[in-house]
Amino acid sequence: MSDQPEAEPPAAPYVPAATTTAEDTGAPAPGQPRGRQPLTGNAIIRAVTEGHSVVITILAVLVALLVGAVLIVASDPVVLRAWNSFGYAPGTAFSATWTSVSAAYSALFEGAIFSPGAISAAFHGGSIAAIFYPLSLTAFEATPLILTGLSVAVCFRAGMFNIGAAGQWIGGALVATWLGYAVNLPIVLHAVVCIIGAFIGGAIIGWIVGEIKARTGAHEVILTIMLNYVMYNFLAFVLSSQSLMQAPHQSNAVAPSIDGNAMLPHVGGPPPQVGVGFLIALAAAAATAWLLSRSTLGFEFRTVGASPSAARSAGIGVERVWVLAFLIAGGLAGLSATTIVQGQTAPLTTTSYGTYGFDGITVALLGRARPLGVVLAGLLFGALNAGGTVMEAATGVPADVTNVIEALIVLFVAAPPLIRLLFRLRSTRGAGPQAVTSKGWSG
Amino acid sequence: MTTTVDAPAPDAPAPVRAPVSVTRRYIAAGTFILLGLIDIFVFGLFAHRGDAVFALSLPGATPKLPGIHVPGALTAYLLGAISIGLGILRAVVDLPRWGKRLTIAIALLCFLLSLLAWADAGSTVGPLQVIDLLQGTLTASIPLVLGALAGLMCERSGVINIAIEGQLLTGAFAAAAVASVTGGVWLGLIGGSLTGGLVGVILAVFAITFLTDQIIVGVVLDVIALGLTNYLYNRVMVPYANTWNAGNTFGTVKVPVLGNIPIIGPVFFDSNVFLYITYALILIIQIGLFRTRWGLRVRAVGEHPVAADTVGIRVRWTRYRNVILGGLIAGIGGAYLTVGSVGFFTSNISSGFGYIALAAMIFGRWTPLGSVAAALLFGFSYQLQTELSVLRVPVSSFILLMAPYVATIIAVAGLVGRVRPPAADGKPYVKA
Repeated sequence: MSDQPEAEPPAAPYVPAATTTAEDTGAPAPGQPRGRQPLTGNAIIRAVTEGHSVVITILAVLVALLVGAVLIVASDPVVLRAWNSFGYAPGTAFSATWTSVSAAYSALFEGAIFSPGAISAAFHGGSIAAIFYPLSLTAFEATPLILTGLSVAVCFRAGMFNIGAAGQWIGGALVATWLGYAVNLPIVLHAVVCIIGAFIGGAIIGWIVGEIKARTGAHEVILTIMLNYVMYNFLAFVLSSQSLMQAPHQSNAVAPSIDGNAMLPHVGGPPPQVGVGFLIALAAAAATAWLLSRSTLGFEFRTVGASPSAARSAGIGVERVWVLAFLIAGGLAGLSATTIVQGQTAPLTTTSYGTYGFDGITVALLGRARPLGVVLAGLLFGALNAGGTVMEAATGVPADVTNVIEALIVLFVAAPPLIRLLFRLRSTRGAGPQAVTSKGWSG
Repeated sequence: MTTTVDAPAPDAPAPVRAPVSVTRRYIAAGTFILLGLIDIFVFGLFAHRGDAVFALSLPGATPKLPGIHVPGALTAYLLGAISIGLGILRAVVDLPRWGKRLTIAIALLCFLLSLLAWADAGSTVGPLQVIDLLQGTLTASIPLVLGALAGLMCERSGVINIAIEGQLLTGAFAAAAVASVTGGVWLGLIGGSLTGGLVGVILAVFAITFLTDQIIVGVVLDVIALGLTNYLYNRVMVPYANTWNAGNTFGTVKVPVLGNIPIIGPVFFDSNVFLYITYALILIIQIGLFRTRWGLRVRAVGEHPVAADTVGIRVRWTRYRNVILGGLIAGIGGAYLTVGSVGFFTSNISSGFGYIALAAMIFGRWTPLGSVAAALLFGFSYQLQTELSVLRVPVSSFILLMAPYVATIIAVAGLVGRVRPPAADGKPYVKA
């Protein structure tokens, strides 16, 4: 259950150690030795790991798709014209609406899962591989999202919020790219070296955040946001300097293409891009699951995430957990970069990081910060992304609508009371609004 | 200034401060000396021969002020020496708080001036346009200041607002669209503000009524705002640009008397209405929060909602009102991005200003004036980067752009000390 409000005032020590008094308070803030304060609450973990069932998730997806449909219809000139003449031809208005939505969503479905056309073509002598083409695109789109999702999830489980997956992604991408073109190694070994390098590159960026937080108590949200911008600019700097990583004889900010030996092989020829990257993502998910639920370190992560003060009483080094959690999170984000840098033929550019870092947050939230959940959420978002591209090509509805749908799903999943209210569901745990309490900046 | 509700914990071990502040003193001293050494050995030794010229009036402006000529290398040596002296002072003497702040300000100013002297010395492009630099700093800071004030309004009442970015973005979109359709820039401003307020309403409903994790709601609202504006931009604004994205902008308004003062006039009193709105909001919020009954109540709700409730302050209503007010302010900041500057909406036009504003708010310790100072720092670094690239300084602009973020990390990690958020920030209030 949620924290009762009356439980809060006695827990006064949650006020973080302030070495200087806040400006507007005459009284000195309760000072504590640095790094000893119970900094992170358990609420965010609870918010993302429990309190909603599969039913709520499915309903959230449906509501989000419904809102998406409204968006598609409301911006379709044909439909709007039909509704303007509703008085003369009400049937036309409804049919135009239906046509608009069904065309968009069936294109979305065909782009993400399978298209009936491909199946019937296969029966008439077409390619069987074509049936699986949409699914392979979904897996391809899901790969980096699963890995950044795992990155965010590991931090969630340790009671922290990692907005810095984008910066860590860049750290991994830079190392993988450099190892990819500057080093000469035999096939397989080269790719493995790059993957390990990417993990280390991302882990270093993550480690910086964990280390600063552990040493000074600075809030990880600010540190990661700032480090993201540092890394965006660092990437642009490195890629626009001939003496650093810019491709020779290039005026654009582009890295050299990596060596063929370092590329991750694809299964089943070029277009269906189920690469080794997807297998890496699944392996990373399995490893994260083992780490979190079977290892001592994972136990410490979860304990710190549930209650830093209890963890400290039990003799767990909370600061050490913060550092290690961010280190591993950074490494996972670095692996996400690997699947793009080594999985695609396009070289690294100043915008390669895309929105993987932020999408990782939504994926982790939807997956309730559990590795299996993250994989499923990543596949769902991968499907929406893959289908969105096809939908845009087929019907002209911009693919951005899928981003809205994704975010809405997370919003509804994060607010079970809303979905319960909409569908008149009874709360599973007692009456009243089901509280998912949140943590503040510091406690 | 005191809050009535912020009772210190009875067992607060105040003396523990001592060892930490000693370490911090040495960190600060070391930083100052390092800055001084950079002044001398980088900007001093590598300065080109010749004078650095700082132009104090815009080209073609009347009255024309003479520019300031200083020898590049000598200036850097001198300023570096001052900075090192301050560092030694900091290490030896434990200054009072105002003294510490003053030394930080002087050391930064020395660093900056020697950087500028080095950049402009012997430049063939011309003098450094000081007015341009300061003017640009202010205008670049407007969305950051308004965003930080918006965040502050929410967080002082106990609701974390990560959705500033989304409020800026939707505000910018709505302002461009409304101004374009109606032809009225003021309607655009109002539309942008209201849209930011609408995002605030959504944030408030989820955070206050549905008790959803506020950081999650904020991040999700940002993602929704980005997706939604991109969608509508591609779906409506691009194909029907003449109707929906015509690019109306506010003109500049020169304040009658003040605008004619040399230096101060063009910098502070010769801009469009957004700058003046920003001045007003800074004043209103600073005075309102710390000098009025409303502000006391807001802070009470943000620090100790149970106590506030006990004395009859309506906690949830106060939070709703503040979150929505914050949204309205951020919406104005968003409107500035379109109708206040370039006119046209483009995809992701806020490009992370909301997150910078968030950092500025925390950097400024949840106070209006502190947030403004931090926002100005960011604004200045953007503008400095522009000016230096005009002077063809052989430093990558990306390094310059990186600087404020590194500075924030250093500041958050230690130089300015631990910041203390409002005690109930981020904690939903459920009446017992």
